[in-house]
Amino acid sequence: MADAKVIPFGGEEPRSKRGKGKRPGRARTSRMSSSLAPVPPQRYLDRAEDARAAQAASEEHAAAAEGARGQAAEAAQPGGWDRKLAHGLSFLRRRITGEYEVDEFGYDEELTDQVLMSALRPFYEKYFRVEVKGIENIPDKGAALVVANHSGTLPVDGLMLQVAVHDHHPADRHIRMLAADLVFMLPGVNEVSRKLGHTLACAEDAQQLLERGEVVGVMPEGFKGIGKPFSERYKLQRFGRGGFVSTALRAGAPIVPCSIVGAEEIFPMLGNSRTMARLLGIPYFPLTPSWPWLGPLGLVPLPTKWTIQFGEPIATDGYPAEAADDPMLMFNLTDQVRETIQHTLYKLLVQRRSVFF
Amino acid sequence: MGKVVLVTGVARQLGGRFVRRVQREPDVDRVIGVDAVPPGHHLGGADFIRADIRHPRIARVLAEHGVDTVVHMDVNGTPLGKRGSRATVKETNVIGTMQLLGACQKTPSVRRLVVKSSTNVYGSAPRDPAIFTETTPPKSLPSGGFAKDVVEVEGYVRGFARRRPDVAVCVLRFANILGPCADSPLAEYFALPVLPTVLGFDPRLQFAHEDDVIEVLRIASGEPRRGTLNSGTFNVAGDGVLLLSQAARRLGRPTLPFFLPTVTWVGSALRSVGVTDFSPEQIRLLTHGRVVRTTQMRETLGFDPRYTTAGAFEDYARSRGPGLLPPETLARTVDRIAAALPAGRGQK
Repeated sequence: MADAKVIPFGGEEPRSKRGKGKRPGRARTSRMSSSLAPVPPQRYLDRAEDARAAQAASEEHAAAAEGARGQAAEAAQPGGWDRKLAHGLSFLRRRITGEYEVDEFGYDEELTDQVLMSALRPFYEKYFRVEVKGIENIPDKGAALVVANHSGTLPVDGLMLQVAVHDHHPADRHIRMLAADLVFMLPGVNEVSRKLGHTLACAEDAQQLLERGEVVGVMPEGFKGIGKPFSERYKLQRFGRGGFVSTALRAGAPIVPCSIVGAEEIFPMLGNSRTMARLLGIPYFPLTPSWPWLGPLGLVPLPTKWTIQFGEPIATDGYPAEAADDPMLMFNLTDQVRETIQHTLYKLLVQRRSVFF
Repeated sequence: MGKVVLVTGVARQLGGRFVRRVQREPDVDRVIGVDAVPPGHHLGGADFIRADIRHPRIARVLAEHGVDTVVHMDVNGTPLGKRGSRATVKETNVIGTMQLLGACQKTPSVRRLVVKSSTNVYGSAPRDPAIFTETTPPKSLPSGGFAKDVVEVEGYVRGFARRRPDVAVCVLRFANILGPCADSPLAEYFALPVLPTVLGFDPRLQFAHEDDVIEVLRIASGEPRRGTLNSGTFNVAGDGVLLLSQAARRLGRPTLPFFLPTVTWVGSALRSVGVTDFSPEQIRLLTHGRVVRTTQMRETLGFDPRYTTAGAFEDYARSRGPGLLPPETLARTVDRIAAALPAGRGQK
């Protein structure tokens, strides 16, 4: 687990969106109108009943999509803008008076749901047009460890995976990503990362999250995966030391393999300037066709078409307690997870029509 | 035969409160308060002995009065009053603990030792796990300041526990102590009219309320209740966490972010004016934050804090009076805007 590293996207993105995101109702609309959201409408209605937070969204949805529904009838009045404004104001009131809750890891569920996810959603839906398959493989209840491949020079894939689970899982689950220590050293990035529910990729944190019954996401390739040259795209790197398997075994959590196609091509890394990397104290300094030659313009990712496929869960609760310390079993399980992800990647690549469509 | 309790550091508010509290225990006969300076507050019926724990004379005090319980509370981050220097504090923390433990070792009557420590021993680094347990080794040991003192104090206490296995030793690692009269570094920080923060970092903080501190010290200095064990090392903190930004908003004080490299200058500038202790470790706490697990405290020590982190902070905020941006005023402003809108009126 110690090697599993995820770096959230350069920081500037969620940060710049935070200011704008003070009106949560608006961004939610884009989700509703998307053709890409195979979410059962029931989910919004459930939410509307218990959470005042999602009220505006459900009203929007009900009004736009199925205004005649009985449950949403009183919500489907005209004047949605006023209501959204009122909802935004009550959100603002809670934020400026500090009356909200964060968990021990610093996960700010309200901010994530209302602001940060809304900021990421346009990228997810419009820019990368992410297609999600097999989301039902993440269990509705209890802990699970989602193991995914890592690529793309900047860890956009981790963020998109989080949006995918957040928006599409039928039981409304949230994934808690494990991130590299570099994330927690960078100002701004670490703040947003903690609020999104990410925590350091170490056995202690992963274990604690799994014991609490959370869905935990890990990318065991770490920097080796995200910083690999373009020529090696879709070739899985070594999976650290397989620490994630023993953590899952100790917690008895199933491992859900996850393959992400499309992230490899967002920043094609043609070269790596070791001198610059050493100077800046970062693991690699990418040279892409646009970065750093075009300056900040080089930070714009290529609009590739993404597919995220969750595979069949691999059960880990059938093993005896001491199995977590058996290196051979660890290697076998690690290999099994790795093979599954690699084969799914190849299958998805064959099905893919083109990189951009 | 009742117990004789010796408490160090009684010139501080917290020490004074504990002395007054522990006298009411039925099995306590005498309470002896020790400090280098006479306390400004009354100590109930306790005896005050003016003795510096940095001098071997403390051994005579222990032997003369047949002390059986020692509560060492003279481990502090900030000097008492405005005049004290950091060097004196460090000497009291480290040399004082050494002398006191040496004296305890020589005094056969001592049966129980309680040491007030701090969660500062874990340090604060980006590579640390999000939640510390009592056994988590620090990733980067504090290089100086109070945190290093605490690490050394705990080292001496461990050595003492090895040499005197018959003494029940309890080390209580307190999170930042807040309350109406606590004088912890963080309490001073939150008293500033504008809170300097580190740009781009929002640390997670945990607080322990004064009342809980007194209560847990009482539990640790008495006989353990059935099914509990009060020797060992325990983290003590209220449930839950507050982010610094959240705490500042609840307190109604504006924050002023500084870029990390410049914070040190701001800190030393503030310190030279004598406003607050802005030590490097304090800056690190305000950068990376620190959260501890309190399962041991609940299950082994059998202590349930009355105040959560948010509750302790609320009580502290109430005792300090409103800041420049009181949350009530802000809330009222938002309410007024909401009422001015047709939708807001519709909802009311």
